[in-house]
Amino acid sequence: MIKSEMKEKQLARLLVSAPPLLFLIVFFVAPSLIMILTSFRFPGEFGGLAPVTPPSDKAIGEYGFTSDAYQFFFSDFIYTEIFLKSFAVAFGTTLICLILAYPLAVLIARSRKHLRNLMVLLVILPFASNFLIRIYAWMIILGPESALSHFVNTVLAAFGIAPVTLLFSPFAVLVGMVYVHLPFMVLPLYTNLEKHDPSLLDAAQDLGANAWQRFWRVTWPLSLPGVFSGSALVFIPVLGMFAVPDILGGTGDILIGNLIKDQFLGTRDWPFGSALSIMLTLAVLSVAGLTTWFARSASGQRAT
Amino acid sequence: MALLEIRNVTRRFGSYTALDNVSIDVEAGEFFTLLGPSGCGKTTLLRMIAGFDLPDSGQILLDGKDMVGIPPEKRPVHTVFQTYALFPHMTVADNIAFPLKMAGKAPQEIKKRVNELLERVHLPNFGNRFPHELSGGQKQRVAFARGLVNRPRLLLLDEPLGALDAKLREEMQIELINLQKEIGITFIFVTHAQDEALALSHRIAVMNRGNVEQIDEPSKIYSAPRNHFVADFIGKISVMNAAVMEAVPSHLKLAIEGLGEVTAPAREGVEVGDKGVLAIRPEQVRISHPSNESQLKNHFRGKVHDFLYVGDVTTYIVELVNGAYIEALLPNSAPGRAKFFEVDDEVTISWRHDAGIFLNDPQ
Repeated sequence: MIKSEMKEKQLARLLVSAPPLLFLIVFFVAPSLIMILTSFRFPGEFGGLAPVTPPSDKAIGEYGFTSDAYQFFFSDFIYTEIFLKSFAVAFGTTLICLILAYPLAVLIARSRKHLRNLMVLLVILPFASNFLIRIYAWMIILGPESALSHFVNTVLAAFGIAPVTLLFSPFAVLVGMVYVHLPFMVLPLYTNLEKHDPSLLDAAQDLGANAWQRFWRVTWPLSLPGVFSGSALVFIPVLGMFAVPDILGGTGDILIGNLIKDQFLGTRDWPFGSALSIMLTLAVLSVAGLTTWFARSASGQRAT
Repeated sequence: MALLEIRNVTRRFGSYTALDNVSIDVEAGEFFTLLGPSGCGKTTLLRMIAGFDLPDSGQILLDGKDMVGIPPEKRPVHTVFQTYALFPHMTVADNIAFPLKMAGKAPQEIKKRVNELLERVHLPNFGNRFPHELSGGQKQRVAFARGLVNRPRLLLLDEPLGALDAKLREEMQIELINLQKEIGITFIFVTHAQDEALALSHRIAVMNRGNVEQIDEPSKIYSAPRNHFVADFIGKISVMNAAVMEAVPSHLKLAIEGLGEVTAPAREGVEVGDKGVLAIRPEQVRISHPSNESQLKNHFRGKVHDFLYVGDVTTYIVELVNGAYIEALLPNSAPGRAKFFEVDDEVTISWRHDAGIFLNDPQ
């Protein structure tokens, strides 16, 4: 009887874990393997891939396996540069999000309970409308005829500076990136800050700490796990984002995401696109790994 | 001049009066306790002394200086919080060093003082531990050390022993007394536990509903409560309705309805005809077999209604002939016998003519 019960339990466990496992195999493991294989093939003449075995009729054209795609990446510094630029944009976006989100998260965490829920709702409200529509809205806000552009250029003119175009610039890309990813920074920070014991701040003040010391010595170090998880949630998606630079950036503002997209939809060089994707994945994984390691060494000292 | 002078302090929250014209003086070097039930205003008063709240009217003076407008971080007053409030991301040593760092002390001095305090609270090798690695009693000691390290003029303790179990609590009480004696810093201790207040304090202020009911030494608070509230809040006490028949400087004669005449100690301001209660502590009441004729003036017959055996003593609740109940404490000093009387046993209850106290404040 006990044996059959145990078997039942095992079966139940299998049934529960099967769907997500299957999902991961079909939509993550298999595609990853396909990508790795693709990156070591030759591109087909009109997109797609060249055959693995020599074509039967004539022995011309490329076939088989090659590391051409990876060699091509390192043959021209421009690709490394795009990689570095993407990292810089991701880093900048993360930093700006952190600076903007931190005071907001503190404000929410220290508000009264019913106000807190309302404010969290407001933070996630933008998700209710389509992502692309929200980006296109920024085209209007930053466009040359927008009130903002007029205002900025009027101010600049007053200082004798030539007018600028806001749209289709690195600035516009950064604005879009920050706008899209801000909630991903606010929410983990708020979740962390909300758990802080307010008596710790009282204790710090009682023991002689002024407002800045209370923040720097108590609130900030205790919020580091939230800072790390928020940063990871912003940094990683920004690194692969192509829609924002596509819509708001100029021709010179392409990032690694755009480059990959182009290989599949424009240039039709599948192996190079795959190689870029794999390198991006590796870069993201190493950043995520480092972040986890930092977060752990920072929170390893705290009571939970 | 007292170290701390609280002068006519009133604090209202909306229509609720948390403190009503409270005046207390605390002398330097004292272990002073604010004792009262929850909601009596003791914590509000403590927060005001620390600077986290301000009086609506009245003054708080430290060393003769009005503390109004001085924020908590600038007051030479530190607090040991009920929850300890140790910084979870700092080691024990860093926690204790915190007030010294805030005061801008030199690193060598900080190190020296921290080690000194770790020794003093018997945690010499705990400097590198984190708070979550400590037991409740150890956290408590670190909190004491952190509060004392920068030598405040006043150390405020907000029910610091509340979270400990009974055994550890007794240990910490003794340590706390010694610590205060050695260091000589003035302690203001807040508690709702009357046994703790009696055991620790030089003086106690008993508070109730925003008022100070009595300020006195523990023994006076216990043996000569000023009114009903103090008598009832501190320790156990039995009360019987009584009227004054005779009031002379040496004693009072009271009439207790349905029981008879009782002699009680004299009290100032009591006149013949006053009505009130006779309050008497269980340990002052003797219980004996009716065959033993009592030599004491105040003795009456009764019947055991119930008893409570707690190991060292047994408390008997005796119903007197007039229907009133009186408690009597009997030490279980004879080995091998849990108790001497059973429920419904006829007994004699007696007490000395100078025991008990007549209270006639409006209840």
